Amino acid sequence: MAYSEKIINHYENPRNVGNFGTGEQVKKDLAIGVGLVGAPECGDVMQLQIKVDRSTGRIEDAKFKCFGCGSAIASSSLATEWLKGRTLDEGAAIRNTEIVQELNLPPVKIHCSVLAEDAIKAAISDYKKKNGIPVEDAHAAPTH
Amino acid sequence: MSPKLPIYLDHAATTPCDPRVVEAMLPYFTEKFGNPGSRNHSFGWEAEAGVDAARVQAARLIGANEKEIVFTSGATESNNLAIKGAAYMYERAPAGSGRSRGHIITNAIEHKAVLDPCKRLQREGFEVTFLPPGADGVITAEAVRAALREDTILVSIMWANNEIGTISEIPQIGALCHEKGVILHSDGTQWVGKMPTNVARDNVDLLSWSGHKIYGPKGIGALYVRRHKPRVRLNALADGGGQERGFRPGTLNVTGIVGLGKACEIAAAEMDRDAERLLRLRRKLEHAITSRLEVTKVNGHAEKRLPHISNISFGFVEGESLMMAIKEIACSSGSACTSASLEPSYVLKTLGVGDELAHSSLRLSLGRWTTEAQVEYAIENIVAAVEKLRRLSPLYDMHKEGIDLSKVEWAHH
Repeated sequence: MAYSEKIINHYENPRNVGNFGTGEQVKKDLAIGVGLVGAPECGDVMQLQIKVDRSTGRIEDAKFKCFGCGSAIASSSLATEWLKGRTLDEGAAIRNTEIVQELNLPPVKIHCSVLAEDAIKAAISDYKKKNGIPVEDAHAAPTH
Repeated sequence: MSPKLPIYLDHAATTPCDPRVVEAMLPYFTEKFGNPGSRNHSFGWEAEAGVDAARVQAARLIGANEKEIVFTSGATESNNLAIKGAAYMYERAPAGSGRSRGHIITNAIEHKAVLDPCKRLQREGFEVTFLPPGADGVITAEAVRAALREDTILVSIMWANNEIGTISEIPQIGALCHEKGVILHSDGTQWVGKMPTNVARDNVDLLSWSGHKIYGPKGIGALYVRRHKPRVRLNALADGGGQERGFRPGTLNVTGIVGLGKACEIAAAEMDRDAERLLRLRRKLEHAITSRLEVTKVNGHAEKRLPHISNISFGFVEGESLMMAIKEIACSSGSACTSASLEPSYVLKTLGVGDELAHSSLRLSLGRWTTEAQVEYAIENIVAAVEKLRRLSPLYDMHKEGIDLSKVEWAHH
């Protein structure tokens, strides 16, 4: 598949790979929100973790891991870059179409950007739930 | 010394033409260009001589008589002619009679060039059994025996599988078929020219193969049609000038035929040496990869496998991203599950490759000019790629933390 240079760049040098501890550790840490979306049998699973400054409500750091194709890896890598420094609301406003545009994703790979948007929403809503902040967003867990 | 890139490890897909083959073909394009069907001048005679010599070369490779060789456009056409030609010739009841036209046994992991003709026959009123092989991919004579019926007219089992290289029990299946008076066809595309073949000893009645898998040109193949014990008859699929004893009319592809003949002659002389060398390289490749990477499996039978084909599954990495990470290695990929980016392999699916290994597999197939340095490069490249992708993989983390991935509730989308 002919991929854009931006996709190849993210695939070859993925940004912010990792996590903020083991599954148990991040579950207990109130500053961390985790989004795990996708399924192995569909061929892609994204794990996105955000670390929030609880006093300001800003995302100070983000990490990802991704099992998936080059576009899925690039989409989640880009998501971590965009999340850093944003408020929760600004983060939740990221749309998959922006990811498609930025990476020039081919049409058959649009679902990767949708998955990245889902991962962002899931991580933010996980953080909110942990901290007793109402999750008002009705399409926090969109189905498609 | 690092080898020249990219490296071609996809010889089960096609092979380069041997320069000796090209050399043998060249005069037939320009000087000896005649039509072998032209009986009254020297141009026709010398073209016919070229075809006759090639027919002997092809026959010798498989222990047949030259009168038993039909030249076709390749193994797909050979398979179609063998399967449909035999089914129509030996049908038990005419089309439209409402009765079964006869029973055919084949293998669930055949190439599409066998499965699809069988499915067409099924639609046309034949009954077809698609035998599932064991987890090792082998079709045994016992499995065929259990599936045989009083109205079975044809058995079609590939000699060796194109994706995993596993070898089925053809001589034993052939003996069984002869005992029951059933015709055995075998798709020998991956086998012939690589492994010693003797249609008399191996009890095969119809055998297909292709030029371009054995360092010959594309667009040429052959079908062996047994003439004695039993004499196999086929309904031709095309009508025309009666060439190839009417089995396959049309002006002969003289250059292709001469090339196929030369490729067969070289294969007969060199297959033992090639097989021994490639088996050593394949073992080196498999041993290095499976010992350096956990949750990795070589698919197919451990021993009953072609020397040059290796199919390896890697847990926790996805197929397309793996292919991107080894872009200097030309090979084939498949997965046992539906992936957004890759066609799942029905072969691996049928064999029931485990869930955690289902996401990516590589078929690496070696050839006459594959070097040790190329194999070493492939090992290093593949190991590094899988390690890199596992560092990225949340599934690998979960595996490391002891989480059973089949117990996780995934958000399906």
